[in-house]
Amino acid sequence: MAAMNSPTALQRFHAYANPARFMALSSRLVAPLWILSVLVLGAGLWFALFDSPPDYQQGETVRIMYVHVPSAWLSMFGYGVMAFASAVGLVFRHPLSDVCAKSAAPIGASFTFLALLTGSLWGQPMWGTWWEWDARMTSVLILFFLYLGYIALWATIEEPVRAARAAAVLALVGAINIPIIRYSVVWWNTLHQPASVFRMDGPSIAPAMLLPLGLMGVGFTLLFITLLLVRMRAEVMRRRVRNLRLATAGAAAEG
Amino acid sequence: MMRAFLALLARDLRLAVRLGGGGGMAVFFFLIVISLLPLGIGPDRALLAKVAPGMLWVALLLAALLTLDRLFQADYEDGSLDLLTMGPLPLELVVVAKAVGHWLTTGLPLVVAAPLLGVLLNLPGEAYPPMMAAMLIGTPALSFLGAIGAALTVGIRRGGLLASLLVLPFYIPVLIFGVGAADAAAGGFSGEAGRQSLLLLGAVALASLVLGPLGGAAALRANLR
Repeated sequence: MAAMNSPTALQRFHAYANPARFMALSSRLVAPLWILSVLVLGAGLWFALFDSPPDYQQGETVRIMYVHVPSAWLSMFGYGVMAFASAVGLVFRHPLSDVCAKSAAPIGASFTFLALLTGSLWGQPMWGTWWEWDARMTSVLILFFLYLGYIALWATIEEPVRAARAAAVLALVGAINIPIIRYSVVWWNTLHQPASVFRMDGPSIAPAMLLPLGLMGVGFTLLFITLLLVRMRAEVMRRRVRNLRLATAGAAAEG
Repeated sequence: MMRAFLALLARDLRLAVRLGGGGGMAVFFFLIVISLLPLGIGPDRALLAKVAPGMLWVALLLAALLTLDRLFQADYEDGSLDLLTMGPLPLELVVVAKAVGHWLTTGLPLVVAAPLLGVLLNLPGEAYPPMMAAMLIGTPALSFLGAIGAALTVGIRRGGLLASLLVLPFYIPVLIFGVGAADAAAGGFSGEAGRQSLLLLGAVALASLVLGPLGGAAALRANLR
């Protein structure tokens, strides 16, 4: 009976799904994570805004990239977190993974919106238009719609357990559909406009720009994790308050 | 099991025929939206012909969306959905029967009405065969994907609007490939592009045939606990 003495990896994983243990651990993590994100983001912003060369073609507007690219990365990362937490929630029925999926959605949606907004601001000087029905922008816009639908479903179903399972199904169906949607948008785009407006070839980016971009990427991800923890803590507390309210209301009805 | 499946399908068809208000209304809505379009953008025949495939598809999507709440809502309200979950049929097959019934009573009439409305929009003659083929292939996907949205929102008051919001992003591939098939014929692209669109549309439809019942049944289980 070795398993009784030393917990397996799965058991240890399950132990962290205990909300009380999560609250204890996360309360110690939140402050250092805030400090770390601010430091990395500060350094990244300093490099991005002051200590990196302007692009030889795009000039100073290239600095939008340092916000745009990490936002776009987090828009996808956020959906990944949401879908993964939803799958875990459906399989293992951990309330905490439902909390995680629910908390990740508004953050991911915000970063998606930020990516769209900065993309639009960047497009105006570069292509001379605020919006281009480019395959990438279109599929990010649709990703934003998927986030909104997910949030709307959570908001509509009152009972948390039921809402969690319905929303998890939606998140997973969305996760399967995202590649299909993405592919169809690329197809549609090539069918309608043979020459794409812009091409950003990955490796041609200058090393001097890579450092701030990398720092910003790490900083944004840290910020995402910090915000996720804060939101999850708030959600756990909100559920406690809800249960307390229900209990008081029940007691009042009886007495 | 097959008997139970067919009995459920027959019941849905009988209900749709005797109660009315389903497919007929969807076709009527389709007609009205298409008639509004020239009033909105002007009676220029060349322009109408250009936008006809896209507008027919968009109006068809909207008409199909409007009827989604009939899929499970009535059965949920009178309790027969609870009975169905306890019956011999797996919930996945219940969703299949419901979606097939929805397609027969809504998707098929819409496809039949589409060429008549194409005439109203001055759709070029060579675009009809690929468009009809695309609609026949694509509309089952609308019913099956729509079943997920309907199942997710079953039991929610005024869930119809929410179901539309949830389902519309999933309809995008159907729209793109469906319009692609007709556009390729009308716009003078090579026949290859149209054929590819049809094949891809078929792939999307087949995928939705799997995803719809699985997702729909999972959503029903979540909502009917």
